[in-house]
Amino acid sequence: MRDHPLVQLTLTRLREFYREPEAVFWVFGFPIVLAFGLGIAFRNRGPSELPVAVQRGAGDTALATIIKRSPQLGVQLLDSNDARAALRAGRVALVVTPADPLVYRYDSTRTESRLARLEADAVIQAARGRVDAARVRDEHSAEPGARYIDFLIPGLLGMNLMGSGIWGVGFAIVQARSKRLLKRFMATPMRKTHYLLGFIFSRLAFLVLEIAALLGFGWFMFHVGVRGSLVALSLLTVLGSLTFAGLGLLVASRARTVEGVSGLMNLVMLPMWIASGTFFAYTRFPAALQPFVRILPLTALNDALRGVMIDGRSLAGLGVPVSILGVWGVASFGAALLLFRWR
Amino acid sequence: MSTPAVVCRGLRKRYDDVVAVAGLDLEVANGECFGLLGPNGAGKTTTIEMLEGLTPPDGGELVVLGRRWDDRRARRALQERLGIQLQDTQLSEKLTVAETLRLFRSFYRRSHTVEETLRRVALEDKAHAWVGKLSGGQKQRLSVACALIGRPELLFLDEPTTGLDPQSRRQLWDIVADFRHAGGTVVLTTHYMEEAERLCERVAIMDRGRVIALGSPRELIASLGAEHVVEFALADHARVPEGEFAALPGVRAVRPMGDRIALTVERVHEAVPALLALMAKSNAELSDLETHHATLEDVFVALTGRQLRDA
Repeated sequence: MRDHPLVQLTLTRLREFYREPEAVFWVFGFPIVLAFGLGIAFRNRGPSELPVAVQRGAGDTALATIIKRSPQLGVQLLDSNDARAALRAGRVALVVTPADPLVYRYDSTRTESRLARLEADAVIQAARGRVDAARVRDEHSAEPGARYIDFLIPGLLGMNLMGSGIWGVGFAIVQARSKRLLKRFMATPMRKTHYLLGFIFSRLAFLVLEIAALLGFGWFMFHVGVRGSLVALSLLTVLGSLTFAGLGLLVASRARTVEGVSGLMNLVMLPMWIASGTFFAYTRFPAALQPFVRILPLTALNDALRGVMIDGRSLAGLGVPVSILGVWGVASFGAALLLFRWR
Repeated sequence: MSTPAVVCRGLRKRYDDVVAVAGLDLEVANGECFGLLGPNGAGKTTTIEMLEGLTPPDGGELVVLGRRWDDRRARRALQERLGIQLQDTQLSEKLTVAETLRLFRSFYRRSHTVEETLRRVALEDKAHAWVGKLSGGQKQRLSVACALIGRPELLFLDEPTTGLDPQSRRQLWDIVADFRHAGGTVVLTTHYMEEAERLCERVAIMDRGRVIALGSPRELIASLGAEHVVEFALADHARVPEGEFAALPGVRAVRPMGDRIALTVERVHEAVPALLALMAKSNAELSDLETHHATLEDVFVALTGRQLRDA
């Protein structure tokens, strides 16, 4: 069993990978660093206060006391020039000048500023005697899945599957070809299918680790969960991994040098890094581009992963992205086998 | 044992507009060590890769161990019986020696154990070293070990000792000799004359895609007509007519080689005094003088008028 060529070829792939510290970092460390950095930077601030400045002048302290009644606002007194500078730099969301009429100075394109203006105005008007016409009650909801990190983790998972699939397969094959190792294997009775299956099996072995690392990190650090079934998620990642392994094989099918294939791989991956909605929703692209964006394999994979992880959908409900992935996988494997240069 | 290990007739191969092999006839007997000898670009590697089934010939007939490469079903069966070392394979640097051998071993139905093979190439103490940490000679022995592990009947070695130090070269020669003792057949290419003379029963000297001489090293050297070579250079570009050298006692051939002249002679102790006397008579002086036993190198120079090294 251990001496079966398929076992040996798979072991070889695994060893070549884990004995290369850079490769291990780019596959396992980098996505986690990225998730950590972006998760911290774009965390939901929750109940933190919006900073408001009251410009010094007659009645400033009274005004500041009123504004402080709102739990959502933080107040400081600033001179006119300092207040403007703080507003310009984004250190305060709103500057209120005590005068008649009161002056609200803010940047209306900033959501934070508009919120601060509404909230400040509400407490000031109430203090001056305005009475609420309707009775209201607030209900707070903390729906998981709505945060940026919930959006980001499935996208990083998809991007990671793309990178390690295309890079892991393409790079290793071209390296073997440029070192004449592929030709050497062709001089033995080794079966070509065994050689290629070795890549597939080693990809699947790493897949388990990649997913466990990223999902484990997301859950541990940010409580990002999986709403749908883990089985659906596993099947989806296997499909994604195979599809990108096929693309890696295709990219590597004729290239003779590592430099040449690196360029090709970046050419293939760059549009997907930008357009496939890993870091932001691809719906931001113009409508005319949408059909092209949606047909990309990473877009389909990201959509499907978010469908399972955030919306809790089943595979049956993800027919379109799953079909897109399947077509890419079958087509790239087929084309790669036709084009492949075995020496 | 009567079928030859390799038979080829009129074997041809061209790349774009370069003719690499231009009609090659060879027969390698079972149990023989056969050398393809020649300068870089003579077509040695193309020839051996056609024999190995890695490069399809453009034309001609080729039978290896009684089978043909173009029979698809016979291919794998044939590969099971061959051991191949390519000129420029770089094995994975991040695998250990034993892991590399175990990988190659898994491709064959019949094989030696990894330990046995390590012993054959004297790499037992490197079994767990990474390939990237081996010296040039150790890497080359591992490469030959990968060829030996499938218990081949026929071993192909393409320039097995190029770039190795003398000690590593001798270690490789010992491995080849052991394989021969066990009854194996070897086809190797080399541009080291000494290697061919030491290892090969017969050699084919190749130049520009053709065999220009074929025979045992002893026969080929004997074809020069004499066993010694006297090489010299004249000081101050002095000129002495070639005919004067040819007339010296025991001189069989005169070959100008750039600003040097090589004489093939029967007996050095007669030729050298006569040469010195001729110098005195012609008022010329020698700036250099050396003598050596005739080698395959001299055969190549005699046949082509060029040095093997820079041909």
